[in-house]
Amino acid sequence: MYTEKVMDHFSNPRNVGEIENADGVGEVGNASCGDIMKIFLKVEDGIIKDVKFKTFGCGAAIATSSMVTEMAIGKTLDEALVLTNQAVAEALDGLPPAKMHCSNLAADALHEAIKDYKEKHGNAA
Amino acid sequence: MKKIYMDNNATTAVKPEVLEAMLPFFREQFGNPSSVHWAGRMVSGAIENARAQVASLLNCSAAEVVFLSCGSEGDNYAIKGTCDVLKDKGNHIITTAVEHPAVLETCQYLETQGFEVTYLGVDGNGSLDLAELEAAITDKTILISVMWANNETGNIFPIEEIGEIAKKHKVRFHTDAVQAAGKLPIDVRKANVDMAVISGHKIGAPKGIGAMYLKRGTRIGKFMHGGHQERNRRAGTHNVAGIVGLGVACELASQNMERDYAYVRKLRDKLETGILETIPEVKLNGHPNADLRLPNTLNISFNYIEGESLLLFFDMKGIAASSGSACTSGSLEPSHVMGAMGVDVVLAHSSTRFSLSADNSEEEIDYVLAELPPIVQRLRDMSPLYQRESEVPVKCDECRMVKQACNSYAD
Repeated sequence: MYTEKVMDHFSNPRNVGEIENADGVGEVGNASCGDIMKIFLKVEDGIIKDVKFKTFGCGAAIATSSMVTEMAIGKTLDEALVLTNQAVAEALDGLPPAKMHCSNLAADALHEAIKDYKEKHGNAA
Repeated sequence: MKKIYMDNNATTAVKPEVLEAMLPFFREQFGNPSSVHWAGRMVSGAIENARAQVASLLNCSAAEVVFLSCGSEGDNYAIKGTCDVLKDKGNHIITTAVEHPAVLETCQYLETQGFEVTYLGVDGNGSLDLAELEAAITDKTILISVMWANNETGNIFPIEEIGEIAKKHKVRFHTDAVQAAGKLPIDVRKANVDMAVISGHKIGAPKGIGAMYLKRGTRIGKFMHGGHQERNRRAGTHNVAGIVGLGVACELASQNMERDYAYVRKLRDKLETGILETIPEVKLNGHPNADLRLPNTLNISFNYIEGESLLLFFDMKGIAASSGSACTSGSLEPSHVMGAMGVDVVLAHSSTRFSLSADNSEEEIDYVLAELPPIVQRLRDMSPLYQRESEVPVKCDECRMVKQACNSYAD
């Protein structure tokens, strides 16, 4: 049911954990759906230097979280803001249709973290 | 990689003796049992023999056994067939909130056809309140439908007591005995049951065969039109090999139940105690008194972890189990059984069922007990709910919209 890439990111998720004193933190999802994703950012000169995640959710939720961290590192905040859930799913060679909603929120979590960063840092970046 | 199968409430392997008994009916004994010639005569005896074997497991007469294609068909037939013939008497059905979807969705369908349904709730242990059941009976009640044992928790319902209540109020009583048959002694006479449904593939027969006990004199509509089979009740050429397989599986169950399930119970108890003692923040789902649960079933929630992730990690170690999480139920909502028991939504998503059989070994239990704790810890370390200080967001309006969209898509 899952692609090889999904299973790879699920079984060996990249960038799991928290960033102490993160520059931005974003969380989306809820317990009813069974998916909650939290993203931590380290930002330097408008560029995402590090991303870490913590996720409660199914295989797709963990794989998309892992994938979005890889896609976001090294990007400017503006570049990261145009990353979509769809793009994350495509980078994983697709997700089963039932997973496209609750389990595909990783880009939203990233955007929330960037929003949090901008609020804390006065949109200057 | 090891292959450890602990999902026997979902389905079981066909027993070698069952398969052996079936094979001739794909080869030389291929006839249609309704035919008068030699080919038909060769197989009609086999069907009646199997009927007697099923009857013996349920303690009824062979004439009271109706062969069907599966448990879901049996539940559909028992309920809709009752409504067909008793609709002039009343339009009220009593069932429980924790039934298998074959019962629940049939009742929901009947609600759209003018029937009224009482869905009895359960307490935190998953138990029914029999006083509430009795109080729900009205002069319009035509059917009580309560499962013998629950597929998710293994909880055993007090079928004999419910049978007494049904008899006292002269209400027909149907029980979905799919999970109980072969694991517990089933005596439909003693329990005052009018209809009981069993399924072959849960007891070592193949998929695609089931049976219903229909008490002598119980009127019921036709389920399938177009043939005289099963005393005009269920049209369709008999699934001869499947019926033979079901018969043998029932006979084996009658012979081996006591020995097999004493052994399975020992394994289940070891798994249960092992998990409860070694992994913190877990919750047993179902009755705390293990005597009130099927001897093979353990349902446990590993807090802070979503069930599908857990199953996938188990799967990488060769362990096959199942979960009540939304992702594995295919419904975007966690298990309705956990919901009815008032289990916290995160715990419902993390509910995991191990259902054993006599094919499991003590070594397998040791293996699972060794592999589980690191998997659980790894997923907890990944979870934003573990050791969390702030509140957990619960509601999702978007989900409801998506669910509606998915449902209309599925139809």
